[in-house]
Amino acid sequence: MTERNHVLPPGLPAPAPMRDGLDAPFWAATRRHELVVQRCNGCGGWQWGPEWNCHHCLGFDIGWTEVEATGVIYSWERPWYPVHRALAEAGPYVVLLVELPHAGGVRMVGNLVGDPLQPFQIGDRVRAVFEDHDDADTPFTLVQWERMG
Amino acid sequence: MGNDLTVRGRVAVVGVGESTYYKRGQSPDPEFVLLLKAILAACADAGIAPSQIDGFCSYSNDRNDPPRLAAALGLRELRFSNMQWTSGGGGAAGAVGNAAAAIVAGNAECVVAFRSLAQGQFGRFGQGGGSRPISGEYAYQIPYGKISPAQSYAMRTTRVLWEHGISRDTMKAIALAAYHHAQNNPRAVMYGRPLTPEAYDESRWIVEPYRLFDCCQENDGAAAVVLMSAERARELRVDPVYVLGAQQGGPRRSGAWADNNTDYATSSFKHVAERLFAQAQLGPADVDVVQSYENFTGGVLMSLIEHGFCTYENANEVLTFDNLVAPKGRLPLNTSGGNLAECYMHGLGLVIEAVRQIRGESSNQVPGAKVALASAGPMVPVVSSLIVGNGEALG
Repeated sequence: MTERNHVLPPGLPAPAPMRDGLDAPFWAATRRHELVVQRCNGCGGWQWGPEWNCHHCLGFDIGWTEVEATGVIYSWERPWYPVHRALAEAGPYVVLLVELPHAGGVRMVGNLVGDPLQPFQIGDRVRAVFEDHDDADTPFTLVQWERMG
Repeated sequence: MGNDLTVRGRVAVVGVGESTYYKRGQSPDPEFVLLLKAILAACADAGIAPSQIDGFCSYSNDRNDPPRLAAALGLRELRFSNMQWTSGGGGAAGAVGNAAAAIVAGNAECVVAFRSLAQGQFGRFGQGGGSRPISGEYAYQIPYGKISPAQSYAMRTTRVLWEHGISRDTMKAIALAAYHHAQNNPRAVMYGRPLTPEAYDESRWIVEPYRLFDCCQENDGAAAVVLMSAERARELRVDPVYVLGAQQGGPRRSGAWADNNTDYATSSFKHVAERLFAQAQLGPADVDVVQSYENFTGGVLMSLIEHGFCTYENANEVLTFDNLVAPKGRLPLNTSGGNLAECYMHGLGLVIEAVRQIRGESSNQVPGAKVALASAGPMVPVVSSLIVGNGEALG
């Protein structure tokens, strides 16, 4: 994907894996255009965001599982006022909270791809769009979302 | 909750004070000086010398630490200091509760709960500047343009409105009531700047579902509350305002990253409010006037419901301008103008207004108010809430 297809303009902070290594598997997977979330090897509980132990059984044996990169719009907001200089001309844009029912109902924050004023509502199905930022000092990939059907 | 393990009725507010309140960047004083002026005003209100203070409580990583304050105010000894962990202003009522607990425990005798916040000096809450790479929780939000506090909490409001069929008109009524009250309050930054329904409707979107007037101000100011034991309070003044209950907390995984808190569509007050009313031995119907922290009007809406002042089902009928304004409304709300229209004092101004209502000193007095509630920090991971009352309320 070329930069002009990014949802937001350049200049926002890039995501970097945590120095303690906790979430490196997630960011590495996005580079492969795969969506992974945490799942406990002990109790099978799903978890997001990344944590060092399972918040269901409190065990430390947490794994990463690839999940189908689809979800359901759980909530949304549409920023208009630019709170960062990179966003001066960006508004409006849509931020989604996407629920993954097939992964224990964990939720992910991302942008809605396409016209920010397009009709949509809570409950609509969306699929992930992996937005590559190959030109960044350290290339990274964001997980964006587009409406299905 | 056993009576021998409660602050109820054992501690009282003996003094309240604030600096002049300014729009951000307009204070001639630095933040520390604003705070000294607020504490001195609160001591004068209490009729005590500043050297009688022996403890400090604050929240939200206030920059003005107790040892520096103790030196500047001539304390003989700093016996107690405490910082409430939570983001936003969720600790405003909690700091008062922590001060009360310290007094009941015998760790201090005269504790000041304070907050000083000069956004002109130290940076605006409503702007997020940098461009360096970020990691951790922020990495899952900021690259998507979810940066500011308004952007952090707008989606919760969207979900609450959708789940329960609540109208944005409730948020508009909350904003209009605050501005209405500020027109009688000379301390208010928005004094002399009334808000009409038309101006609200025409105001720009900050982030849907929040318009400009759904959002708190950004200010420079400081506020302070002096607490002492009930016995000493009665020696000082005829109208001590008793702490009837003070609770703080966050529900299951309230701090989970990127909107993964277990119960999403909540202001985080469900359990706090239940414990608060149990401690105060009161119910929502006993509260004469409510000060409900407005980071955003959507948070107020959620707080009022979760405290039991209305329900999800009747919110559209109860949360109207006529009901929310003093002196005649059935649910007088944010009678100083609050964070929206008095000053974004990170919630401590709402605590002060609750005290003034009980003393009969509000600029929008609710006649005969005996019990007032001040809640702080809706939607942040840890919130807090306080009930104060007069001697009659204490029973």
